[in-house]
Amino acid sequence: MLGYDRQMERAVHDRGGWPVDAAIDRSEHELADWELLTDALVGALNREGVMNVDELRRGIESMPPDEYERASYYERWLYSLETVLTEKGMLEPGELDRRLGG
Amino acid sequence: MRYRVGERVRVAARAHEGHHRTPGYLKGKTGTIERAHASFPNPETRAYGGDGLPEQPLYLVGFVQRDVWYGYQGRASDRIYADVFEHWLEEAQ
Amino acid sequence: MSEHDHDHPPITDGDEPAAAARVRALEELLVAKGTVRREDVRQMIDWLVSRSPADGARLVARAWIDPEFKERLLGDARAAALELGLEPGPSPVVMAVENTPAVHHMVVCTLCSCYPRALLGPPPDWYKSLSYRSRAVSDPRGVLSEFGVELNDNVELRVLDSTADIRYLVIPIRPAGTQEMNEEQLAALVTRDAMIGLAQPVATTPAPVH
Repeated sequence: MLGYDRQMERAVHDRGGWPVDAAIDRSEHELADWELLTDALVGALNREGVMNVDELRRGIESMPPDEYERASYYERWLYSLETVLTEKGMLEPGELDRRLGG
Repeated sequence: MRYRVGERVRVAARAHEGHHRTPGYLKGKTGTIERAHASFPNPETRAYGGDGLPEQPLYLVGFVQRDVWYGYQGRASDRIYADVFEHWLEEAQ
Repeated sequence: MSEHDHDHPPITDGDEPAAAARVRALEELLVAKGTVRREDVRQMIDWLVSRSPADGARLVARAWIDPEFKERLLGDARAAALELGLEPGPSPVVMAVENTPAVHHMVVCTLCSCYPRALLGPPPDWYKSLSYRSRAVSDPRGVLSEFGVELNDNVELRVLDSTADIRYLVIPIRPAGTQEMNEEQLAALVTRDAMIGLAQPVATTPAPVH
C-alpha cells in the first residue's frame, strides 16, 4: 500500500494515489447519443459564454462523494450542468423535473 | 514569472476550500521547475463565474517519484510532472 | 471508501439511463429559453464525431520522417498541426513530448479527464476511470505492465498529470523495420494508446487506429 499524505484532506475527485485494488478495466464503449448531446451542450454553452469549463469541473466536484463514485462520466457532467445553470438562474429549481413529468 | 527552469520549489501544503487544480498528492512536495509555461486565467475564480483575471503564471514542475510516494515501486529515475500555478509554489529551503 | 475500477455504466431503465431523457429535456428547455441554439449544439456534435486519433497519428508520422518538423512540433504543437492542415483548436494548449530509448512519457488527468481531444478524439473509458486516475501516478510501471508495455530498467519514466491548461501528446518511438514505409503507412502504425504513452508502435500489419 502506497502512503500518501493522509493529513491533506482530499476531495472525491482528487484521485491521484487513491488506494485501488482492482486492475484497470480496459473495456470501451462508443459514446451513446445522449452522451454526445451532453458533451455538445456543454461545448455550446461554453462557446456562448454561459458556462465555462472551470464551472463544469467545479459543479462535478460538488457532487456528494458517493454519487460521484456511482455516476457514469456523463452523468457527472449532467449533474454539473443542472447545478451550475440553476445557480445562474437559467434553470428554475425543479423546472427540469416538472418538464419530465416528475 | 517568478521561478526559473531548474529552480527547486515546494508545493504549498495548504487546504483550499473550493475548486483548485493542485492535486493533493503533490501538496507539500518539493520538485524542480521543468518549464515556465505562459500565464493563464485562474481556474479558482473562473469556476465561480469570475473572469479568472489577472492571469496566473503556470509551470511544469517535475518531482522524483520516490519523493512523492512512500514505498514507490519503480526506478529511482522515475519522475512525475504536473502543471502548477505560481501561487501554489514556494521557494524550497 | 468504496473503490471502483471503472466508471459505472449509467443506471439504466430499459435501453437508456434516466440521464438520457433528462439531458434531452434539458436541451429542449434551454433552446426554448434561447440560452443556446439547437444548430450550435448540432455543430458541436458534428465536431466531436469528426475527431479521431488519425490527426495525432499524422503529426507523429511526419515527425518520424522529418526531424525539422519534429523540432517544430516539440516547440509549438498547435503551429505544427496547422502546418499539416489539422485543427488543433484554439484552446487548450497542446504540447508534444518525445519518447526516446532513454525516456518514456505517459499521460493522465488525475483530477478529471483532460485529454487532447482535438487531435485524438474522445478519450477511452479507462483513461477517465477512477482506477487509472489513481494508479497512473503512483504505480505507472504496474499500469504499463497491464497494458503490455515493459520498459527497460534504464528508461526514465515520466508521468505527466494534465492539471491545468496544457494537454500532452506523446510522440512514440518509431519502430524498427519501417525504413521503407511512407508517411501514410507510418501513420497507420500509430495508435491512440501510443500517443497517451500506454503502447509502443510496432511494424506489423496496421490495426485500425483505436
